[in-house]
Amino acid sequence: MKKRIILAFIILIFGFGVAFFVFKTELKLNKNFETQKAFFKKFPFRLGLDLSGGSHLIYKADIGAVPSSEVGSSMNALRDVIERRINLFGVSEPVVQVERGGLISGGGEKLIVDLPGVTDIKKAIEMIGQTPILEFKTEAPQNAPQNATVDKNGKVTLDVSSQFISTELTGRYLQKATLEFDQNTREPKVSLQFNNTGTKLFAQITKDNIGKMVAIYLDGAPVSTPVVREEIPNGQAVISGNFTPNEAKLLVGRLNSGALPVPITLLSTQTIGATLGESAVKAGVKAAIIGFLLVALFLIFWYRLPGLIAVLALFFYTAILLAIFKLLPVTLTAAGIGGFIISLGMAVDANVLIFERMKEEIRKGNNIDDGIHNGFKRAWTSVRDSNTSSIITSIILFWLGTPLIKGFALTFGLGVLVSMFSAITVSRIFLFALGINKSNRFTRFLFSSGFSSIQNIKNNQ
Amino acid sequence: MFIIKHKKIFLSLSVILVLISVVFIFTFGLKLGIDFKGGALLEVNYPSGRPDVSLLENAIKTLNINQALIQPTGESGYLIKTRDLNELEHETLSQSLSLKGKYPVSEKGFTSIGPSVGSELAHKAILSIIFVFIAIILFITYAFRKVSKPVSSWKYGIITIITLLHDIIIPTGIFALFSHYTGAEIDTLFVLALLTILGLSVHDKIVVFDRVRENLSAGDKKDFRETIGRSTSQTIVRSINITLTIIFVLVPLYLFGPETTKNFALILTIGLFFGIYSSLFFASPLLVWVEEWQKKK
Repeated sequence: MKKRIILAFIILIFGFGVAFFVFKTELKLNKNFETQKAFFKKFPFRLGLDLSGGSHLIYKADIGAVPSSEVGSSMNALRDVIERRINLFGVSEPVVQVERGGLISGGGEKLIVDLPGVTDIKKAIEMIGQTPILEFKTEAPQNAPQNATVDKNGKVTLDVSSQFISTELTGRYLQKATLEFDQNTREPKVSLQFNNTGTKLFAQITKDNIGKMVAIYLDGAPVSTPVVREEIPNGQAVISGNFTPNEAKLLVGRLNSGALPVPITLLSTQTIGATLGESAVKAGVKAAIIGFLLVALFLIFWYRLPGLIAVLALFFYTAILLAIFKLLPVTLTAAGIGGFIISLGMAVDANVLIFERMKEEIRKGNNIDDGIHNGFKRAWTSVRDSNTSSIITSIILFWLGTPLIKGFALTFGLGVLVSMFSAITVSRIFLFALGINKSNRFTRFLFSSGFSSIQNIKNNQ
Repeated sequence: MFIIKHKKIFLSLSVILVLISVVFIFTFGLKLGIDFKGGALLEVNYPSGRPDVSLLENAIKTLNINQALIQPTGESGYLIKTRDLNELEHETLSQSLSLKGKYPVSEKGFTSIGPSVGSELAHKAILSIIFVFIAIILFITYAFRKVSKPVSSWKYGIITIITLLHDIIIPTGIFALFSHYTGAEIDTLFVLALLTILGLSVHDKIVVFDRVRENLSAGDKKDFRETIGRSTSQTIVRSINITLTIIFVLVPLYLFGPETTKNFALILTIGLFFGIYSSLFFASPLLVWVEEWQKKK
């Protein structure tokens, strides 16, 4: 008996500990959120785009030119490039995912980009589509024709672009770019390191053009036209083009993010305003609370004392599941919240099965203690099999589903697993810890259900 | 047990309901949402009062967007549905909505889905339903392998699938009727609702069959009819109660929950109702009917 009570205490402390964790880590629930330890700030709910507002873009990758064995690695490279480009613009928690086409799921290779907080879709598309084009050009031969324009004041301007000719050296051969500051002038400059091929090309270009200008073009415009003094064999170049520190930083980022390994086209876009999401969250929370209360009232009225324990188990269920959402973390969408709310109703399923069985056993003439034991034992096979089928269903949906269905399947499946713990283990421990084994009219009343009263029970006996 | 006694009435009632639903589905048709067929959806809000639909229609006509469906939403907003739009078209559309600045407008959400994404989604949705069905037959055949007499366990699986079809065809039929009057469209959430109905309904059937299994293995082999009847009446309270608890959470989800999941909650409630009906009044009589039919052979 003592053991049972200690166990019940441990579970009680654990359950309230989890609930406390959920409470402490949530901005909206906790008024002192800003002032508390960093640990608690690390676990907010992760809200999907439909709740937090933001942009959702689906790109199709054209892998026609890629050998099939390299599709996987080029898609990953593509994801990394896009991720770097997005990070440059300071979007918090962007999600870039590759969706592989396959025999079963069908469709081609896709890239899914979620940008929370970005509601200007035009900017988002630009941000992703931007590829910096870095080119190195050398002076055109003296006798080459030059384009010149004469404006109405009679001033002659030489067209710069005709002065230079393209070389093979481009941003493709760049290994990395870094931001540096000139030691004397403190001016920001961008230092470039070429890869092997690039180094060779650059050495050749500098060797052939000693005393001449080499133009560095960015996005089709010359940014810097230094004069070569000697051959540069180590593959290092510097662009110093009157940048502001910010411009230089951005340029370094863009150069490092590089060119896309596979061409992409935009298939579909979605933007959700932040206010729409916020009201959906509020509505979801309200529906969840009302639903919880209705289920709790029903359980207490119908199942009395065991019902009360089932409510405690349901409270623990809610706390544990929410904590799992925070820790994994599970991205919550409106559909996910819907799944969670339904799971509140389902989580008590095992309780209902067990309590009905318990009542039956007690009616058969078992005393309360045996009734509880047999109730749990006999109900187990149906709890096991029905929950197994739910888990199988959620695995299939998670495997095949689109992101929205996946999110739902995850909340649903986790809910079933947690409910098996809460509805069976937790309620069992508490029921036994109460230590009711005397069978009198009052305890029989506490353990019966529905509309039966003490009077009815007596008559039935 | 009155359900077994009057099984012909209940079986024919279910068949009639399914037939009516099929008729609804074919006469009213199922409108596919942009999730499945591609298209664009723009939600806008006019903080200082919205213009008439006809004004907007005229403004949109001048753009090269062909057809636009305009529905009022909330107090002062509109939902505008068109074919799928690229970013440039999206911008011209949003700009035209202020009617040259006369009605200040703010954009709340924009979705554009290419037709290929939509057809892939439909493909996946159908595939997941088929896979769920197959997995359920296999699981039930396995779980009830010890009760192959008098009805073999795979038949429990087949009966479950037949009742599951019953459980999703009826809500789909009701939805077809509902969408005929409200213009509601089939979206991913609708598919999700059907899948959830599948899950909950299998859950229910397994509980009833589990009781049959227990009673059969307890040596109760005298009369199959009676065993089924008793098993059903023993699980009826549990079945009703668990449906009630789920309805207790679905009703607030419908009344107070987010706009996006309203239809979802509604279909689920309808599906749940017919799911519980079929567990008690359709699956059990069907089981007895199969056994009687076997004897006759």
